[in-house]
Amino acid sequence: MLVVLWTDALIFVLIAVVLGFAFHATRHPHLRVPWQQVGRSRVAAGALVVLSVYVAIGLLDSVHFHPRLEAQTPAVGEASQETPTYSTQVISLLDLWLQPLREQEEKTFSAPFATHLFVKEAMEQPDGSVIRAYPRLEHGGAHLTDPARDRAPDILLSTLLGLVQGLIAWTGFLLMVLGLSAWRARESFAQRVLQLRQEPTQAAWRVAVWTLLVMLVLGFIAAELAVKYHILGTDKVGEDVFYQSLKSIRTGLVIGTLTTLVMLPAAVILGIMAGYFRGLTDDIIQYLYTTLNSIPGVLLIAAAILMLQVYMANHGDEFNSLVERADLRLLFLCIILGVTSWTGLCRLLRGESLKLREADYVQAAIALGVRHSRLIARHILPNVLHIVMITLVLDFSGLVLAEAVLSYVNIGVDPTMNSWGNMINSARLELARDPIVWWSLAAAFGFMFTLVLAANLLADVVRDAFDPRLRGTA
Amino acid sequence: MVEQAGAERGVAGPEAGAAGAAGAAGAAGAAGAVLEVRGLRTQLGGAARPVTVVDGIDLRIAPGETLALLGESGCGKSMTALSLMRLLPLGGRIVAGSVCLGGHELLSLPEREMRMLRGGRMAMIFQEPQTSLNPVMRIGAQVAEAVRVHEDMDRTRASAWVADRVQELLRAVGIPDPERRAEDYPHQLSGGMKQRVMIAIALAGNPRLLIADEPTTALDVTIQAQVLQLLKRVQRDTGMAVLLITHDLGVVAETAERLAVMYAGQIVEQASCAEFFAAPAHPYSRKLLESLPTAAKRGGQLAMIPGRVPALDQSFAGCRFAPRCDRVLESCATTEPDWQAVSQDQQVRCLLWRAGPSSGVAAASAQAADVAQPGETAMAPAPASALAPKLGAEPLLRTEGLKVWFPIRRGLFKRVVGHVRAVDGVDLTLNAGETLALVGESGCGKTTAGKGLLRLEQPTGGRVTYGGQDLAQLAPARMRRLRKDLQIIFQDPFASMNPRMLIGDIVGEGLQALGIERQAARRRERVAALLERVGIGAEAMTRYPHEFSGGQRQRICIARALAVEPRVIVCDEPTSALDVSVQAQILNLLKSLQQDFGISYLFITHNIAVVSYLAQQVAVMYLGRLVEQGPVADILGNPRHPYTQALLSAVPSIDPDSGREQVRLSGDMPSPAQPPSGCYFHPRCPVARPECAQAYPEAVHLDAQHQVNCLPEIVGA
Repeated sequence: MLVVLWTDALIFVLIAVVLGFAFHATRHPHLRVPWQQVGRSRVAAGALVVLSVYVAIGLLDSVHFHPRLEAQTPAVGEASQETPTYSTQVISLLDLWLQPLREQEEKTFSAPFATHLFVKEAMEQPDGSVIRAYPRLEHGGAHLTDPARDRAPDILLSTLLGLVQGLIAWTGFLLMVLGLSAWRARESFAQRVLQLRQEPTQAAWRVAVWTLLVMLVLGFIAAELAVKYHILGTDKVGEDVFYQSLKSIRTGLVIGTLTTLVMLPAAVILGIMAGYFRGLTDDIIQYLYTTLNSIPGVLLIAAAILMLQVYMANHGDEFNSLVERADLRLLFLCIILGVTSWTGLCRLLRGESLKLREADYVQAAIALGVRHSRLIARHILPNVLHIVMITLVLDFSGLVLAEAVLSYVNIGVDPTMNSWGNMINSARLELARDPIVWWSLAAAFGFMFTLVLAANLLADVVRDAFDPRLRGTA
Repeated sequence: MVEQAGAERGVAGPEAGAAGAAGAAGAAGAAGAVLEVRGLRTQLGGAARPVTVVDGIDLRIAPGETLALLGESGCGKSMTALSLMRLLPLGGRIVAGSVCLGGHELLSLPEREMRMLRGGRMAMIFQEPQTSLNPVMRIGAQVAEAVRVHEDMDRTRASAWVADRVQELLRAVGIPDPERRAEDYPHQLSGGMKQRVMIAIALAGNPRLLIADEPTTALDVTIQAQVLQLLKRVQRDTGMAVLLITHDLGVVAETAERLAVMYAGQIVEQASCAEFFAAPAHPYSRKLLESLPTAAKRGGQLAMIPGRVPALDQSFAGCRFAPRCDRVLESCATTEPDWQAVSQDQQVRCLLWRAGPSSGVAAASAQAADVAQPGETAMAPAPASALAPKLGAEPLLRTEGLKVWFPIRRGLFKRVVGHVRAVDGVDLTLNAGETLALVGESGCGKTTAGKGLLRLEQPTGGRVTYGGQDLAQLAPARMRRLRKDLQIIFQDPFASMNPRMLIGDIVGEGLQALGIERQAARRRERVAALLERVGIGAEAMTRYPHEFSGGQRQRICIARALAVEPRVIVCDEPTSALDVSVQAQILNLLKSLQQDFGISYLFITHNIAVVSYLAQQVAVMYLGRLVEQGPVADILGNPRHPYTQALLSAVPSIDPDSGREQVRLSGDMPSPAQPPSGCYFHPRCPVARPECAQAYPEAVHLDAQHQVNCLPEIVGA
């Protein structure tokens, strides 16, 4: 049974908005040309492929449902057979896909690729004596008879297998895409390939294709290994860290994009209104955002989150599951982050609108009797859109990092929710152990770093493409 | 002033002529030339598709001579100057030629020595004094910097000596009270003063050659006259040569001894000014002169050059002007013309003159006759019929005491501490089908007056009567209905169209917004017809503004204003951003539209030539108030107000024997935030009397239409 969480719904709204905008952009050269310039950049092509892998995982993780329960006791009654029973648990498509990872839990810490637990336990030997030793893991490397001897060849073999699978998948994907494009262009397949090889200017195809190869090979190797080992180890309660890292992707993306979605209407409408109408409207809006800006952001977020916690504690019966609770907290975090971060964009837009208002073409429109609403929609908004675009892309990575910081000080997402911030927060206590438990931190760092780096690289290219001052210099 | 210029011309004439002939022949007799340029070629852009912005330029300048490099925008004249200074933008390179300054080859000098030359033996001043000075340094320090660099690096020279030299330079460029002014920052100086400081900096190294790149284009005519006069005086005192780069034929006629006309990266004609203005030889030069609006061409069409300047990234086989030339020969397209001597000091790059001077003269006179005739026949009846019935009739639009004040706010609570009186009581009368020119220098409030009329700025006081209603008091909703009748065309054709909209939507916007044509299909038809009418063509509807040139954009803006069938169009300097030949196209279009549709224009401009060509009535503004108004013939022919007289005499003219008396104004226009007491003009007025400071003078009616705001004793009424 499908469950649509609040953030899921908003993600789908966001996708609809993005698709609608993409359609709009293809029909307007002033939007299409900069994006084509972005596509021609090799850095951006690579970054886009990495980002789309993240987005794909995040989207898989955004389709939630109650899994159908297998009829355990067929003899209970006929009614139960007609209406299937559903678990109260909410899981996502990603969970379903990663079921082995999710369910292969150990007792506690284990290092990446380990076959034995990280801590000693009292173990009863077959002869009845009890010794303290590192017990074998229940799942990680459980198929090996002699871990010390078999582990390295087994890992190597699986890696090779993954590599081959990745290559096959990559070739298949390429053939499919090329075939489709040849069919659409009504050309023969060989012709199309030749043409794309010869004309590399349209987009940085090569970089995109090679990046895709790297991502696919890495993915297949990880898939091959993850079913046999905990490739990034396990955490304190024995949960697979690789699984946690993958689940955290959605949290990071949601914070980075939904915050924007929440703040965008306020920033755009208020910013343009302040600049366009000036006078009293401007004073009120300026007063509003100056005041908001003067409150320390962390304090505001802490206060809001604590209030929400109290509310949730008092109204526990309104939430059907832990997932829903965590989701509402995530949404609330997005909103409050949005409230504290719209002021920058609003200020930029106010300044630009003040300037545009005096532009001759706006004056001409006033002289032609164009109404305010129409004037804003047709003359002001399209001419400030590049600022919005640049701000959105630049803000994204900042927000992803902000989530990690907020979770670290315990005012971020719900502790039950997988997020890089929570991973870092829980790993922090284990840093004092000897030998050190480093893998949770490293995994969170690696995943977050890749995402933020890709986003930043893309943001640079987008800014260069849209910034009118830089246009023509490239 | 006139006599001295004539004397100088006499001295420089023979030498200049000889130099020009030598340069044209390519001979190397470099005796006495300050600067000798031979075969200079400069390219921009990538090696795959280079743009040859300067293509084989030969120039010679003798000491004490002024050579004007004349051309329209994009012809490569600024790039020539930058090549001489070796200051080309990134990607620019000099691929061939030689530049000799006083016998030294510049192009092979190492950059270190070149740096010593720049500002030393060869100095440059730029168009925009605003951006050429460092805003956070005192001007004295900026001049001192130049002095220290270029005087001998003698460490023993005391700073007192430098300070003295700075004062001397500032005094030399006519800055009053240099001790105090040296402590000012650039923003405390007016535009003319800043250009003087730039000249002082350029003079610091005692240059032998001064390159002036459009030095007065950003300045008002009265200030321009001051600066040009200063340049001439400095040149006389120091004997330096000046390379004056300009697009203004009037400036050339007033200041230069010789000129070189550039077209598409090449020099097409070199001549002494006297010969050139008497009989330009190249068809392009001739067209340029003919496209200048003057009173004599009133009513007729101005000459137009069809087509556009060719892109410079191609290789040319024949004459570059051939596709636009109306005297084109068959061989023009294939034969690259070389220099032909027209007379002793006039050479031209044109095949018409190949068979000897007489052939070209014949062609020239035939063409002149062609142009003159249709003009004469078309002009006479139109103004008479347009004017006659209007005299007794009710005016279409009238302002009484129109005021637009902008509050100055200061302090924490933004208290109003004063007002900028941009427009301070203006009475204008615009008759149906007529053109009223509103003339004045920048900052006098003429644009604000135009916007106040249309309620684009809310008037602070006064009445604007149109069709029996006071526009200044109308509610916004009722004003919106009247917008249909009142339209505006702006100065900058690049800023006046939304870059994100299609031309079809831009032109159709008024039809849609005012609900004149609600059906999209019908609207498209009307827009297409309008675009055809202004000479753009209906296929432009699906294109974006950036695909059009400045002149084409201005046509589209006119189509946008025309779309709602207005009765009044406020034209806010619609041609001042355009080249002379394009200006002629726009003026012709405006004139024919007025004849066809009977539209009234309020033509805001500082260009007196345009006024004399287009307007029936003239109003002269100074500091937010009218000083004189009346019919165009009275104002231009018989100006009575001292300011009008000064303004008209400051306009550079290509007519060498106009014999007008030069009235040079001193100082700058005061701030409209603190206008002087009494008559606003009295601090600068050459004939001011003590009572001028008492009260603003009442209007004196000289006859039914001509009135002057000045004391009756002064205007002699």
